[in-house]
Amino acid sequence: MIGLLVRRNLLFILMSLEVMVNAAGLAFVVAGASHGQADGQVMFIFILAVAAAEVAVGLALVLLLYHRYRTLDVDMASQLRG
Amino acid sequence: MDWLFYIAAVVAVGATLMMLTRQNAVHALLYLIVSLLAVAVVFFVLGAPFAAALEVIIYAGAIMVLFIFVVMLLNVGPRAGELESAWLTPTVWAGPAVLAAILAGEIVYILSSPGLGIEPAAEIPPERVGLALYGPYLVAVELASMLLLGGLVGAYHLGREDRVRLETATHGVHTDVAGSDSGGDLVRAGSDRTAGAA
Repeated sequence: MIGLLVRRNLLFILMSLEVMVNAAGLAFVVAGASHGQADGQVMFIFILAVAAAEVAVGLALVLLLYHRYRTLDVDMASQLRG
Repeated sequence: MDWLFYIAAVVAVGATLMMLTRQNAVHALLYLIVSLLAVAVVFFVLGAPFAAALEVIIYAGAIMVLFIFVVMLLNVGPRAGELESAWLTPTVWAGPAVLAAILAGEIVYILSSPGLGIEPAAEIPPERVGLALYGPYLVAVELASMLLLGGLVGAYHLGREDRVRLETATHGVHTDVAGSDSGGDLVRAGSDRTAGAA
């Protein structure tokens, strides 16, 4: 979360998002383990699928932004027009 | 038993902190991979071997390879070769290598002493996960497959070559700064912000 707030590089923001999603998955697995249920790992698999889809689209957007602006600074994205 | 968990947790937190403070994207990726491996060891110690395997294969394998692909795509150019050799000096990979060696030592220790690993009662085997996945969660599995299909189509649509060329032709690209922005200076906080409006 700190990475999301501090860094202005899009790649680092995506990496911080991965860490945050991973933390959510870790919480699910720990909760499932403490209750002795398999549901925690099932939810972790869904989180994995969501993270994979998010990263695919996000990295495509990163490439697009880089081709347009030649920078990875997210402040550039404040000037996007429709 | 407990100290295995604590060592892996400390490695995970430390690697994540190192990832956040790196300037170079490739160095940060190295630490992020170590962090994901540490989380996988935590899963294993907690008695979730299936989640640990998925963490290593999909997160540290597939998703990180995607990141590295993009970093390398952003640096295509004449200077890319010397940059790559400059990225992997021994001082850079020593930190992640030490942390990964700690994790490897833990795994070897767990596997070599079978009585010390996870107590069988606490472990959730992959069979139970699979039965739950294709039993009560069947609809969610189908929804996840639709989501992945949507991600695939979306990523393909965004990454099409003709669309990229069209937009660069329309909006104009600052060729004066191209090629200089790889490695540590990927962060240029709004230096050419007004010029980017095109």
